[in-house]
Amino acid sequence: MTASPTVRGVTQQTAVPDTNVPEKPDAAVVRDALGVGVAVGLSGFAFGVTSAGSGLTLLQTCALSLLVFTGASQFALVGALAAGGNPFTAAAGAFFLGVRNAFYGLRLSQLLALPRAVRPFAAQWVIDETTAVALAQPTRRAVRIGFTVTGLSLYVLWNLTTLLGALGAEAIGDTDAWGLDAAGPAVFLALLAPMLKTSTERAVAGLAVLLGLGLLPVLPAGVPVLVAALAAPVVLWAEGRRKGGAAGEEER
Amino acid sequence: MNIWIAIGVTALGCYAVKLAGLLVPAGALEKPLVRRLAALLPVALLAALTAQQTFADGPALVLDARAAGLGAAAVALVLRAPFLLVVAAAVVVTAGVRAMGG
Repeated sequence: MTASPTVRGVTQQTAVPDTNVPEKPDAAVVRDALGVGVAVGLSGFAFGVTSAGSGLTLLQTCALSLLVFTGASQFALVGALAAGGNPFTAAAGAFFLGVRNAFYGLRLSQLLALPRAVRPFAAQWVIDETTAVALAQPTRRAVRIGFTVTGLSLYVLWNLTTLLGALGAEAIGDTDAWGLDAAGPAVFLALLAPMLKTSTERAVAGLAVLLGLGLLPVLPAGVPVLVAALAAPVVLWAEGRRKGGAAGEEER
Repeated sequence: MNIWIAIGVTALGCYAVKLAGLLVPAGALEKPLVRRLAALLPVALLAALTAQQTFADGPALVLDARAAGLGAAAVALVLRAPFLLVVAAAVVVTAGVRAMGG
């Protein structure tokens, strides 16, 4: 799932001649939200095919999209299970990928200002895309419409296309012959690419690749990914030390 | 059964972190270091997962058609292709290389 379509939505929005109070017509919010919801919702196909190709049943594949509903975690889980990881290490990798949603929730909670009783129902939709659309809106009303329309359209389509993808994979049989085992890593790369903004992110990614591949032959399936996650604190720590060592010089 | 356990644990865990973000008071997770770490964690995980699912065959490292597919995806990303096209490029090139016996 990628948030890139929203970026275009935002530039469109700023082109609207704005008055002192930047109002935005409801229809424009709905259009932006549907654009993201439909575009990303369609990529449930890729998940359904990958999951079924990894050996999960139709019911298991659909349960993941219905209950987990955060793409990167879903792809990570089926990949880890296909590689023979035990259920808990596989779930741990998927869980750590989902932790970022807590930080989206923090931002959204302030913007949406939902009653406490509604929050458990809104929570399932707290993901990359709904956050990206909601954060781009100028008013609380627009934030709420953007979040709801993106969440609803994406949830419905993602689950529908998951089902179709899984059915399709079962129909064609050997998914590897069709190159469908390359869909998972391509999805990860597409999610990763926009995150590689500075040398810090690139250092983390590079170290994680080394750890993930280097430890593969020596650790049980699923564990190398968890160790590779340590690249994040390690690079942060090294960066802090370097800045501490060069204190006062402020080079670069 | 193992797969259902993994699905259950993942669903509960992922829902819990989503809900936690909406419920905890603002500021609880706003420490700069925590924010940085939360932003970098997906980078590390996605990079490791990309590499493993491209080059791993069980516990062994291999160079096969998937690498060509990932290269195609990278080219599509550089050309700013939409998400589904990036995935399609990887799938088509992988299948093509395999069909040619790669």
